[in-house]
Amino acid sequence: MRMSGADIVLECLKLEGVDIFWGYPGGVVLPFYDRLPSHPEVKHVLVRHEQAAAHAADAYARVSGKVGVCLATSGPGATNLVTGITNAMMDSVPMVVITGNVTRTLLGRDGFQEADITGITLPITKHNYLVMHAADLAYTFKEAFYIANSGRKGPVLIDIPKDVFIEEAEFEYPDTVSIRGYKPTESKAVDVAQVKRAARVIDEAQKPVILAGHGVIQSEGGTAALRQFAEKAQIPVLTTLLGIGGISEDHVLSYGFMGMHGMYWANMAAVEADVVIGVGMRFDDRAMGRFADFNTKAKIVHIDIDPAEIGKNFVTHAPILGDVAQVLDLLTPEIAQATHGDWLRWIDSVREEHPSLKMPDTTELTPQFVIREIFEATKGEAIIVTGVGQHQMWAGQHYMFRHPRRWVSSGGLGTMGFEVPAAMGAQAARPDLEVWSIAGDGGFQMTLQELATIVDQKQPIKFAIMNNGFLGMVRQWQELFYRDNLVDVHISQPDFVKLADAYGIRALRIDDKTDVASAIAEARAHDGPFLLDFHVQEAGNVWPMVPAGASLLETVESADEVKV
Amino acid sequence: MAGREARSATLHTVIALVEDRPGVLNRVASLFRRRGFNIESLAVGHSETPGISRLTLVVDGANTVVEQVEKQLFKLIDVVKVADITHLPIVARELALVKVACTIANRADVIQIAQVFRADVVDVADMSVTIQVAGDEDKNDAFIELMEPYGIKELARTGRVALTRGIAEPTKVEEDEPEEVREFHAQAGRRPKKALPFVSD
Repeated sequence: MRMSGADIVLECLKLEGVDIFWGYPGGVVLPFYDRLPSHPEVKHVLVRHEQAAAHAADAYARVSGKVGVCLATSGPGATNLVTGITNAMMDSVPMVVITGNVTRTLLGRDGFQEADITGITLPITKHNYLVMHAADLAYTFKEAFYIANSGRKGPVLIDIPKDVFIEEAEFEYPDTVSIRGYKPTESKAVDVAQVKRAARVIDEAQKPVILAGHGVIQSEGGTAALRQFAEKAQIPVLTTLLGIGGISEDHVLSYGFMGMHGMYWANMAAVEADVVIGVGMRFDDRAMGRFADFNTKAKIVHIDIDPAEIGKNFVTHAPILGDVAQVLDLLTPEIAQATHGDWLRWIDSVREEHPSLKMPDTTELTPQFVIREIFEATKGEAIIVTGVGQHQMWAGQHYMFRHPRRWVSSGGLGTMGFEVPAAMGAQAARPDLEVWSIAGDGGFQMTLQELATIVDQKQPIKFAIMNNGFLGMVRQWQELFYRDNLVDVHISQPDFVKLADAYGIRALRIDDKTDVASAIAEARAHDGPFLLDFHVQEAGNVWPMVPAGASLLETVESADEVKV
Repeated sequence: MAGREARSATLHTVIALVEDRPGVLNRVASLFRRRGFNIESLAVGHSETPGISRLTLVVDGANTVVEQVEKQLFKLIDVVKVADITHLPIVARELALVKVACTIANRADVIQIAQVFRADVVDVADMSVTIQVAGDEDKNDAFIELMEPYGIKELARTGRVALTRGIAEPTKVEEDEPEEVREFHAQAGRRPKKALPFVSD
């Protein structure tokens, strides 16, 4: 059937099962928006800034497991997406990003609102396309969705000049994709020899430990496969920051997350282990501490879908290339049953001696206390979206996750301001679940314009701002590593309650511990968005901590232990 | 010379077969820059397969992890095949054009040295001769060194190109594009006869 490029794009989205996407109109995408009302099956959410469209699509993908889609116009619209695309790239989130560009004849001539977005996004996309003919659109979209959501997932950008939206072409959506240069790992059989070699290494282990990453959650059936694997040989499971939820945190083998602000006992277990089994993770510096000093005795088993991650940061003794569930389904029957009782008891004893999740001993209102209260109220069933900084670490520490895809946080890129637009995407993916956006007073001010979108969409998102008047994590570093020389970390803010009121959102300010539970109850009882402005203690830093560039062995639990 | 020998011991020859599409060189170059890979030389041209270009890279294993170069290259969607052929029997050549300053008095000396290197004189002018020398880098280095006393006015060198010896074809595209895909691209004008309009690179 013959139709315009704009119609082809919308037909492609429908055939890929896209029912919602986030975007912002502008000159060159007008031919596309003109056709939108004719395709009511695809819902468009008008955001207030393109960065938010990308973050919303990103969070939607993390929570739903589907590909997130966003759209922006050329030039500034496209460049505003850059942070959001990079965020998805760093955390391997499947996304298809559509941008408009100037008419073909103006490309490369610095036309009004022209930006070389395929050039700009080269290093921050898994792949990108500039589509020069409407006849190429269908094929390109098929490839883009396939590339985004297979192998190591990631964002794919499609740049479409204005007149390609208008140009007519025959529309036929291909059934299959064949790309010579792209054969994702899961399409090939797992190497059985690799599995057997890894099983031997695991069977010989006295003190094995599993480091579970984002790949466990992204792999279909990954969390169940991980549990069975861990249970068979009674191997303790630590997660990375993005691996949180890969195993239920009340499981007896779950020992929390490791790394810079991970659990003390988790870091000690990682450096004391004789076999380290990385599952769907990339041995990132924030998780592993100083590479040279990370457990030099341990043998490393590494299960990952991306061949380039094998051996990138550490010498791997037994690599297994493949999708987490596919690999573990083969590996679990190969390993011997074991109990590792002494080893588990050793970690338990470290946990008793170094309880990392202590509540600060103060009458002041603390973020830790608030997050614990949110956890208690929601019984660990809510989706928790965070920004980046102290509140993010405290949320990771004090909220106990029982399910995958309920912890939505910017890991690799560390994007402040993620908390507001990501909450929109998370809520769109799971309208049936309660979504809490735990925000910092700094990050919240970066993207708070999206409160308007949330009101538009009638999304009952609950905001909990950990308002300490500081860029807390930066201050923590200035205190500890820059001789307490506080520079530009004291940040002013508007009255968030009045601000919320201006947007038509109900809000409360909370100063006392005793008011926290009732405020949370009131927010939960309200069937629309609600903002809680928690004026928490100004001081207070995140512990434990591995100072930047230090080894996990140097995990410290208070400021007194930090050597500058 | 000793330094050069030591260095060439760590040099790797890596072949990448890539889709002949706009922007592909940009993708490769961007990857190297971003990951801090040091490239000694890069040569690109058509391969035996239509629509596929052949990149020959020389990477110094002393300052770059060659395995990462291969793996990261292979992650690019437009890269069809990557092979480190350093440890295979290969024929490797580079070409140099050297414009040497000379007078009527010493022109014969220059040409005589060129003949020893089986190099060709491709241009003769009043005050210079231009010599084309082909061979491995060491041979070309040695020739250029011998020309230096006369005065090198201009020098152009290609990167290394290499093929494996004999019937081994580790750098051949095994899987051809399916007929319907090729047909589709042709029909869609995606691989037109004439050049595409200006695109991002």
